[in-house]
Amino acid sequence: MNILQGLRVALVALLLGLATLAFAQQGDLEINTPAIAALKQSMQQRHAQLAPLYASGAVGLARDGTVALRDASSVPLPQRAQVNTLIAAENADRAALYREIARANGRPEWESDVRNTFAQRWIERAQPGWWVQGPGGWVQK
Amino acid sequence: MHARTALAVAAALTLVTAGCVTINIYFPAAAAEKAADRIIDEVWQLREGAKPEAGGAPANGERQ
Repeated sequence: MNILQGLRVALVALLLGLATLAFAQQGDLEINTPAIAALKQSMQQRHAQLAPLYASGAVGLARDGTVALRDASSVPLPQRAQVNTLIAAENADRAALYREIARANGRPEWESDVRNTFAQRWIERAQPGWWVQGPGGWVQK
Repeated sequence: MHARTALAVAAALTLVTAGCVTINIYFPAAAAEKAADRIIDEVWQLREGAKPEAGGAPANGERQ
């Protein structure tokens, strides 16, 4: 009888814990950290230079949550190095962003899930005319 | 009989605990999408033309 009573108390405690946990799960992901804010700002500033490249098709949104040089020939030769630098800087920020979001939520192992989620959302929300990488290759939105 | 009931409750407890751990490990995909959209809004400045109004009107109010 004592065992049963003890188990009943334990069960109630567990259910309460479970309810708290379920509630916590419904919340938002933590994205308000100084590191994430700095990355957002850096990417926002760079977007002014990247937007014309998305529109011209020179740069596309890749499936892995990065940006990629899709059509080098549409960039005049003298500007190609600059575009490559831009792409590298954007991808470094994006990688850091995915890592920071996972870390800010205490789950560094979520990094690849965060990356996949972003990859889908970048592509989903790309403007008409931009190039995005689908399962079968590059397609224009 | 009591021993059997206790065993069943213990088994249930084990399952609940396992469920607890599983929930905690799962990646919150919906919350992540929401977070991604908020960040994309800011990086691409997609909400620039739709500033929040003081009257609390819905953001998607249509104009005819």
